[in-house]
Amino acid sequence: MKVLVPVKRVADKDVKVRPKADETGVDLANVKMSINPFDENAVEEAVRLKEKGVATEVVVVSVGPEKAKDTLISALAVGADRAILVDAGETEVQPLAVAKLIKAVADKEQPQLVIFGRQAIDDDSAQTGQVFAALQGWGQATFASKVEVADGKAKVSREIDGGLETLELALPAVISADLRLNEPRYAKLPDVMKAKKKPLETVKPGDLGVDIAPRLKTLKVSEPPKRQGGGKVADVAELVNKLKNVAKVI
Amino acid sequence: MSTYNAPLQDMRFLLNEIAGLKDILALPAYAEAGVDADTVDSVLDTAATFATEQIDPINIIGDRKNSPKWDNGVVTVSPEYKSVYKQFCENGWHAMPGAPEYGGSGLPNLVNFAVNEMWRSASIAFALCPMLTMGAVHAIEHHASDELKQKYLPKMVDGTWGGTMNLTEPQAGSDLTAIRTKAVPRGDGTYAVTGTKIFITWGEHDMAENLIHLVLARLPDSDPGLKGISLFLVPKFLVNDDGSLGARNDLICSAIEHKLGIKGSATAVMSYGDKGGAIGWLIGKEGNGVAYMFTMMNHARIHVGLEGIAVAERAYQHALTYARERIQGAIIGDAESKKTPKPILFHPDVRRLLLDMKSRTEALRAVGYYAAGQMDIAQKSPDAATRKKAQAIVELLTPIVKGWSTESSIDITSAGVQVHGGTGFIEETGAAQYYRDCRITAIYEGTTAIQANDYVGRKTAREVNKETGDVAFTARALYKEILDFAAGLSGCDKLGDIGAALKTAAQALIDTTEWVVGIYNTDPANAHAGSVPYLKLGGIVTGGWLLAKSAKIAQEKLAAGADDGFLKGKIATARYYAHHWLVQAEGLKTEITQGGASVFGLDEPLF
Repeated sequence: MKVLVPVKRVADKDVKVRPKADETGVDLANVKMSINPFDENAVEEAVRLKEKGVATEVVVVSVGPEKAKDTLISALAVGADRAILVDAGETEVQPLAVAKLIKAVADKEQPQLVIFGRQAIDDDSAQTGQVFAALQGWGQATFASKVEVADGKAKVSREIDGGLETLELALPAVISADLRLNEPRYAKLPDVMKAKKKPLETVKPGDLGVDIAPRLKTLKVSEPPKRQGGGKVADVAELVNKLKNVAKVI
Repeated sequence: MSTYNAPLQDMRFLLNEIAGLKDILALPAYAEAGVDADTVDSVLDTAATFATEQIDPINIIGDRKNSPKWDNGVVTVSPEYKSVYKQFCENGWHAMPGAPEYGGSGLPNLVNFAVNEMWRSASIAFALCPMLTMGAVHAIEHHASDELKQKYLPKMVDGTWGGTMNLTEPQAGSDLTAIRTKAVPRGDGTYAVTGTKIFITWGEHDMAENLIHLVLARLPDSDPGLKGISLFLVPKFLVNDDGSLGARNDLICSAIEHKLGIKGSATAVMSYGDKGGAIGWLIGKEGNGVAYMFTMMNHARIHVGLEGIAVAERAYQHALTYARERIQGAIIGDAESKKTPKPILFHPDVRRLLLDMKSRTEALRAVGYYAAGQMDIAQKSPDAATRKKAQAIVELLTPIVKGWSTESSIDITSAGVQVHGGTGFIEETGAAQYYRDCRITAIYEGTTAIQANDYVGRKTAREVNKETGDVAFTARALYKEILDFAAGLSGCDKLGDIGAALKTAAQALIDTTEWVVGIYNTDPANAHAGSVPYLKLGGIVTGGWLLAKSAKIAQEKLAAGADDGFLKGKIATARYYAHHWLVQAEGLKTEITQGGASVFGLDEPLF
């Protein structure tokens, strides 16, 4: 069984990012970039499936600039077998276009399972996996906290409001990984040094026949407003009154 | 609190633009191993993550929450230290600096240097453990018999066993001739070692299964000077022929020290042979112990210098985080800040403190990385003349990297405390730890005075070319190179002020060097009275040179169309350094050349 894992290159989770002065986006100059944390869980799960003998090959794919090669290599260093870069240059590629590109890759690769991260920590869209599943017409189990694969089926526990839901999916299927799914391993130095020797193929969005022109426009990216000082209320009546007439939330 | 983020951009800039990574990777030794620039990039990224997520969080644990505990000869570390050490070894980081035949990575020394900066920024106390083991590994690798190498090195390189260096005794510190520890032949090729060693970093702990102590000791009837001292390998547990652990050797950790800093590490008093004699094996030849130590000296000293650089960086990041968050007072010259408060980073003097910390740390790092790159060339270049020249540069820069980086780190971490104001004096803030931790770096592996003696004497006035009779030829050539570079830069449109400041400073260093060489034979005490300021002068000028060089490269990249805040930052830090530090060179020249007599101006009884 082949597992495909899409990974995204994002600002490292330990970096405190700031909006650009002209508010056109987040300032990523001089910022350490890493693999999206949820995608790390996805890679880890795929590699564990391979270690258990369930999966035979783990292929990682990234849509992004040429530098996203580093992200793919970091996935190869923790156990993925080969990598595909869809080199979109510096163009912003939005979830729909990413899903279409991954679909084109999946049509060629024919994986039985595609494991996404539940969302990317830069734009927090949490859409790509779901859109991809719809495009493919495959079953999906998002926000997975436990995955078992056997007999052509995946049993997935997912966290929902108030508890756990368990879904059973016929393969091929789509899963998106939550942080609780596993604890990703740290890459070992000898594996990092060997990772570059694993196959890494580069394709262009045009080669896959996908138009990646953005459909959404970012108007402004700014700091959240500073918290204003609070006030004390004397009793419940005043609180209700304020919620109703000042905050206008009830 | 702040989180450590490896300064990867500055590291990469220095590796590529200043230290010559490309040329080093092209050396046959590395090219054949297939190490390329992309792999180095991945290694740096992976190490940075490990330093941030695993090592940085345990730094405070070792210092203030759960320092190593001694109980009846047994030293126990915190569970966090134990677990991180295990993972550090399993992930191949411990073995990284080792030779490939014993399980090491085969990466250039320069790359090890950058990665080691990360470990030490994250926790100098933790990083000392692998550092000492690798020191022992190098000693065994270069000087011990094949039998000892095969038996001990693989497990030491991967960190299963630790290694220590036992030089100091209560009466033998900077002066090793006073060593009294004895080694008596037992008749079977081994020796019975008896004596007390102090200040043994990580001399006892429970992170590794066995500890291999390298001990300087005297054979019976040996020469009373340095030539009578030999080096012995004394394991904590004797090792059977199949590599399994045997009986406990006759040695014990009789106490651990209560220290000002690096409290996360156990500094041991080691007692050898209380029950008749610890069994030891001679390394190399009798009487060569101190010589063997000296062959590793450059390496060990440059790595202690790196501790200074690393802690300075960490203190800077910590102070910067605070200065961006703390709001206090209106900003002078900024009326708007009365209405919309701004963090203290906008106060002129906080600004100065932080830029001072940043530019000095970058200057230290530039010289350290440059020296580390020269070490690779000195070891691996196929051309003998190139090796010799690079080795001479390493020799000259070693006392600077060690002495100047560590002394500067004391100032820089102190500035870090200052940025925090009153809270900096409170341990919970975390700024004080860096200040305490770096204090030892100017003392161990040769105090600053020892470095300065080395710099003014052996590396400068006593460096003689036997064929031509030239004195101080390495120093003179390097300083001339700096002067010529400065002269060229002075005419540069955008960086002329930096060039001019460097030119004046380089001339001051050249003048002072000529003065030192001139009086060294007739009045050595005068030269040595100014040796520490001379070391500082050497550091400021070489640091200023490499910052100016960085600025020039940054300027060229910007002119070629790069729009990058980092490159603009390189120019700004070089400019600050020129206007605040290079300008001190002339004053130091006056201090050194004219201040010697006043050092002896107060008669001894009047102190």
